[in-house]
Amino acid sequence: MNALIGQPVRRREDARLVVGRGQFTDDVQLPGMVYAVMVRSPHAHARIRGIDASRALGMPGVLAVFTGRDLEGVLGSVPTAWIPPNSDLKQTPHRPLAVDTVRYVGDAVAMVVAEDRYVARDAAEAVVVDYEPLPAVADVMAAVAEGAPLVHADAPGNIALHWKAGEVPDEVFARAEVVVRQRFRQQRLIPNPMEPRAAVAQYDSATGHLTVWMTSQNPHIHRFILAGILGIPEHHLRVVAQDVGGGFGSKISCYPDEALVAHAARVLRRPVKWVEDRSEHFTATTHGRDHVQEVELAGRRDGTIEALRVKAWANLGAYLSTAAPGVPTILFGLIVNGCYRIPQASTEVFGVYTHTTPVDAYRGAGRPEATYLIERMIDLFADAIGMDPVEVRRKNFVPRDQFPYTNPFGITYDSGDYERALQRALERIDYAALRREQAALRAQGRYLGIGFSTYVEMCGLGPSEVAGAVGFQGGLWEHATVRVHPSGKVQVFTGASPHGQGEETTFAQIVAEKLGVPFEDIEVVHGDTDRITMGWGTYGSRSLAVGGSALAVACQRLVEKGQRIAAHRLEAAVEDVVFEAGRYQVRGVPDRSLGFQEVALQAHLAWNLPPGVEPGMEASSAYNPSNFTFPFGTHVAVVEVDPATGAVELKRYVAVDDCGTPINPLIIAGQVHGGIVQGVGQALWEGAVYGEDGQLLTTSFLDYAMPKARFFPPIETEATVTPSPHNPLGVKGVGETGTIAATPAVVNAVIDALKPWNVRHLDMPLTPERVWRAIHGKGAQG
Amino acid sequence: MESTEDLVSISVTVNGRRYADQVEPRWLLAYWLRDRLGLTGTHVGCDTSQCGVCTVILNGQAVKSCTILAVQADNGTVLTVEGLAQDGTLHPVQAAFSEAHGLQCGFCTPGAEMLAVALLEENPHPTEAEIREALDGLLCRCTGYQHIVQAVALAAERKGRGA
Ligand code: FES
Ligand code: FES
Repeated sequence: MNALIGQPVRRREDARLVVGRGQFTDDVQLPGMVYAVMVRSPHAHARIRGIDASRALGMPGVLAVFTGRDLEGVLGSVPTAWIPPNSDLKQTPHRPLAVDTVRYVGDAVAMVVAEDRYVARDAAEAVVVDYEPLPAVADVMAAVAEGAPLVHADAPGNIALHWKAGEVPDEVFARAEVVVRQRFRQQRLIPNPMEPRAAVAQYDSATGHLTVWMTSQNPHIHRFILAGILGIPEHHLRVVAQDVGGGFGSKISCYPDEALVAHAARVLRRPVKWVEDRSEHFTATTHGRDHVQEVELAGRRDGTIEALRVKAWANLGAYLSTAAPGVPTILFGLIVNGCYRIPQASTEVFGVYTHTTPVDAYRGAGRPEATYLIERMIDLFADAIGMDPVEVRRKNFVPRDQFPYTNPFGITYDSGDYERALQRALERIDYAALRREQAALRAQGRYLGIGFSTYVEMCGLGPSEVAGAVGFQGGLWEHATVRVHPSGKVQVFTGASPHGQGEETTFAQIVAEKLGVPFEDIEVVHGDTDRITMGWGTYGSRSLAVGGSALAVACQRLVEKGQRIAAHRLEAAVEDVVFEAGRYQVRGVPDRSLGFQEVALQAHLAWNLPPGVEPGMEASSAYNPSNFTFPFGTHVAVVEVDPATGAVELKRYVAVDDCGTPINPLIIAGQVHGGIVQGVGQALWEGAVYGEDGQLLTTSFLDYAMPKARFFPPIETEATVTPSPHNPLGVKGVGETGTIAATPAVVNAVIDALKPWNVRHLDMPLTPERVWRAIHGKGAQG
Repeated sequence: MESTEDLVSISVTVNGRRYADQVEPRWLLAYWLRDRLGLTGTHVGCDTSQCGVCTVILNGQAVKSCTILAVQADNGTVLTVEGLAQDGTLHPVQAAFSEAHGLQCGFCTPGAEMLAVALLEENPHPTEAEIREALDGLLCRCTGYQHIVQAVALAAERKGRGA
């Protein structure tokens, strides 16, 4: 009984969500609640000459208008939380509301609060801001060019950081048999969870306590940072994130808006709600990616890769967002070698300020940018030496027997079997037959492309000592409490903060199996800083590997405590009592046994406990992982390109993923599908576009192409299982794999399809226009 | 608040119950349902009528409630996600969404379900391609749509068998 780990258990969060009874932030309705709307800059760069709020303030129902000047000395700056060492990071103050200067379209200059949402919006439009427009720069390379307008006076050349890892001498390239060079553009993406950001704040003037309901992936981090900005003791602030409608990294960051709303509630003594509208999301919520990368690969004609050198310029936007400095450095630069044994590798990164929306984590955060470049380089190298890209991959894989493997940057991959995942994928697509079909179709003027991505990622963030060493201003352990009530019912309190990942289910599966308690008797509580001791949240595919492990350790502590109590009650030696399927049993005497829940009751009653055992049945764990986890796999995309229109059709998609020990295959499949679709979105359609003047041209779903159902064939998924050796569950995490793997698989497939036209590379997104231009020789870069 | 002479009287049947209210002419149906009736299952995901998460069924047709004024629903019948389950029993579409893992964060789910209900009303035996086509009005950032498609197919199969 109770073998629940590994079962496709149906999600219990669905019970409320399918009937529309979830509790998303905008669903919070409080008596006397009023509405905030932000007044945002329409200019990418301008001096604020003055703000006239008098007309807005005179409108019936308007309660207040706050400006940057009003808040000086009242609210602190919004800090970044990642300071990579030896990067000369230029931290510039980010005030919640701009004071003299606006630095991107969407930069907030004022907040209007009114009795109703329509009035608040009308009043926001009535706030007159006198701007003196200044020259702006949006493009990352333009920003580092001589004479570019400066975003911050104290960041010369717009360089926010300069970071290096590894060193490959020029001679290696000079002496190499083959050198492949390519410049890649990782276009800027907009996260677009379907729920926009939102916050509701309520102030209790009797106690001085503030409660903020907000769209958060990490309520404790938000509490920590918000308390600092607001200048209130951390224990007077409660952050609640009940149901959160997706995040994809965009709800990790601490933004000005939530602090402003909390401040308004404190000043006005009324509950205040703010909900971002979608157009606002496009400009005011962090973006992702946006690199220019120059990559050099040195190798031999036999397919061996000898060295890799990467130089990247990462657009960080106008201010340093919460994790922004760490994403294009630590989470990118240390794993650019991918799953390949490359003896020498180096990464150099310039983080660059521009007059654009701040850039931060977006699903995968740094690792998609790394995986894309290495997986593209492998194909370019294969092409240069006339070898099958599959063979090149095979030849350079870290072999199965070399784990743990330490890469050239000192990162130790926990476990892997790259060959097996590749083999599984090749069989699934019947590679040889597919190549024959490709050749046959080509002869008929139809252009099929086959693209591979054999990825590895670094996730399960992560050891706190490493977090400290790489400048992350927080810990990366996770907290869990398992509380067994006298009746045997169990509540689990986790610092992970799921927002679609299904941990109310998977965590209950783990506890049910570990304690042998019925699944129905277990409730998982998350997303509330007043109920949960501590937490670092959900991102970096860490919830299961770190939060789940905390849970496993806490359960083990309860089992051990129960064992001592059971031995005492059964009058047996502790060593003679075994715990199996939820029962303590005297070894070899099956009728002398006690169930875990009965023992829990005895622990609470404490009528007769063994000496030295305290009453109660509750255990906690603060689990600090000893390493990251390294999921891997092989993805294959098969596309057909129509040369007449440049349209790319995704014909088949096969994903073989290894995320360690599976807990719930149904949820894994869902994560993989969702991740792949987002990754394909980057390859083919998505992209934020700025005009030269810094105007964001993609500000709605009309101009920003999101993936839709009809663009996809059914995705075929398979798994291999290589447990992580360093956590008690053997899990690795699966939240980001699809996004990391899919983008290069699809681009490799399209370039493969374009072989007859000798197209070497195209930058994303591979829109019909761009592909058509490449085919018809009208300039590769559309 | 606006003065009362700007308000319009409406009477709408929502999920089988009749509601009479005084509304401002500019109020959107989505916000009327959410703010005035407390039916917060209907979500709002955009301001350009593109995401479909606000979909409800008005007089038998799937509509985007963010694009319709409350006054336009006057004398009409609205079905929202809260009205799908009957006497504590999930609607087949809801049951199928849960069973096929057709949702992750659940934010798009009410809209997705209402679209599915409308589709199956019109075409009880859709092909996979027809389901994907019908979901064109929906953006879901979590699921990659595959399990949503499977959920709709499962609901169709069940309804087919039940009928
Ligand atoms: S909220 Fe109605 S279509 Fe997006
Ligand atoms: S389930 Fe999250 S948007 Fe669809």
